[in-house]
Amino acid sequence: MAEIKNYTVNLGPQHPAAHGVLRLVLELDGEVVVRADPHIGLLHRGTEKLMEHRTWVQSLPYMDRLDYTSMFVNEHPFCLAVERLLGVEVPLRGQYIRVMFDEITRILNHLLSIGTQALDIGAMAMVLYTFREREDIFDMLEAVSGARMHGAYYRPGGVYRDLPDSMPKYQVNKFKNEKTVKDLNKAREGNLLDFIEDFTDRFPGYVDEYETLLTGNRIWKQRTVGIGVVSPERALQLGFSGPMIRGSGIAWDLRKKQPYLVYDQLDFDIPVGYNGDSYDRYLVRVEEMRQSNRIIRQCIDWLRKNPGPVMTDNLKVAPPRRAKMKANMEELIHHFKFFTEGIHVPPGEVYAATEHAKGEFGVYMISDGANKPYRVKLRSTAFTHLSAMDEMAKGHMIADVITIIGTMDIVFGDVDR
Amino acid sequence: MSVKLQRLCKNLTEIFGTRVHSLTLVGGEVTLEVSAADYFDVAKTLRDHPELRFEQLMDICGVDYVTYGRTDLVDFSAGRSPRYAAVSHLLSVTHNWRLRLRVFAQDDSFPVVASVTPIWSSANWFEREAFDLFGIMFEGHDDLRRILTDYGFVGHPFRKDFPVSGYVEMRYDPEQKRVVYQPVTIEPREVTPRIIREENYGRG
Repeated sequence: MAEIKNYTVNLGPQHPAAHGVLRLVLELDGEVVVRADPHIGLLHRGTEKLMEHRTWVQSLPYMDRLDYTSMFVNEHPFCLAVERLLGVEVPLRGQYIRVMFDEITRILNHLLSIGTQALDIGAMAMVLYTFREREDIFDMLEAVSGARMHGAYYRPGGVYRDLPDSMPKYQVNKFKNEKTVKDLNKAREGNLLDFIEDFTDRFPGYVDEYETLLTGNRIWKQRTVGIGVVSPERALQLGFSGPMIRGSGIAWDLRKKQPYLVYDQLDFDIPVGYNGDSYDRYLVRVEEMRQSNRIIRQCIDWLRKNPGPVMTDNLKVAPPRRAKMKANMEELIHHFKFFTEGIHVPPGEVYAATEHAKGEFGVYMISDGANKPYRVKLRSTAFTHLSAMDEMAKGHMIADVITIIGTMDIVFGDVDR
Repeated sequence: MSVKLQRLCKNLTEIFGTRVHSLTLVGGEVTLEVSAADYFDVAKTLRDHPELRFEQLMDICGVDYVTYGRTDLVDFSAGRSPRYAAVSHLLSVTHNWRLRLRVFAQDDSFPVVASVTPIWSSANWFEREAFDLFGIMFEGHDDLRRILTDYGFVGHPFRKDFPVSGYVEMRYDPEQKRVVYQPVTIEPREVTPRIIREENYGRG
């Protein structure tokens, strides 16, 4: 009888289903995975080292570029960490704006996650629908920060500026006629909050559409039910967080358990899975989108009623108002010091964790009192989740590896940093 | 919150006694420092003791303390010693509290601390990362390979004496028809210098 040996297959680093630059070395016995060894670091940019050579405010835009599918929520733990070291309080309106955009980016992230997972598994249409909604969200981010993706909108001490009073509108050109432009601009007549509210009115209907396509879909269930099962004990051991731990049945959400900013004043529920498989994690993500929608609506209500400052008035931390800077010597000095030397953060260390769309995203910061961080460690979610690849993929078919990559919701900017 | 954390501090002092090097509660965060010899046992107790119950290891971070508080250091052997520390962040889902656990590696030329992979599976990649970037050896880790840097990389890039632009760069050589490594051609420059101000600077 012929001797049968295991063989090794290289998945990636340019595989479309690898969600970036994952090189996965798979040892196979026939079609069954015996060992999965992810090779990462192909997108390692040394963000943490770069931050040691930039001032505190210059370091902030690097945060957007970590998990480039949910940008604003990345900036949040960095700002929280600096604020805690400085002992600065964010004005209430700034807190609500941050929470609102955290939830908007959570939806943004889950739309990509579910859309591309479905695409990988073979439901080609899903990604077309989810990207339609992502387009609206990108418009919101652009209206508020000027950039569709890397906004650098949250700053230590608050947010960069207040919400705009008008939305940018489409204009007639040779590709779009008057009628198309009128339809596109219908939701953009009011201010940004009106646009977001219009989105939140439509969004639950869209989620229903996704669920019609996937939740009861036989093929989708065959590909996800019972794939990548993680027991609650193992989920704790493996350092899981976010939808990955909730899918395994542990109701752990930092927004509820260790609330930051105004999350304790908002009304929302945490969905929890039961079996700990890919299908449950999908359901958790879908329900999280509905809950985020609820939070956004509450924030819109509050923001409509309560105008006010969005940035702290401590000039050692935040730049002065432009008009004041032009007219006032003291403000001019502060402006100059802020943008050349940067802020000085008192010595100490802090670990600020937030409930990122993917799980716990933490920033561990050590300051020695300089105008630059001494050491920043970014505790990224996807890195931890990907480290469980071997355990989750073992014993599954090679096609299920794709499902598992999808259900982990990994993004390489986040894994490699 | 702080009452709860004081209870945690009390539990830690009672359980570990003399093994506690330092225990601080600053800004709602508890930091415990232990010696490298006790590290593994302390970690095991932290996970298993019913009054502590740190089921989750959220993070292990390597730190190089050599230039801490200094901006003028040229000779790195004159800096802080011990240089290297592994800082872990633990989370208890049962009690809903966090702990920072710091351990310094005694030898600066060959930093070694115990591996906690038998206690928390999530430590695996975190320790590989700290080894890769700082050269901290984790004794008892069964797969301590580089993780983030390139195949065949030399050195540990996050050490403070490693330049931010690195030592080698990569380019395509049309004559040899392959990618070659060569010494870096970038001039190192610092746009904003690192400044530490004296205690009461700017307070009049």
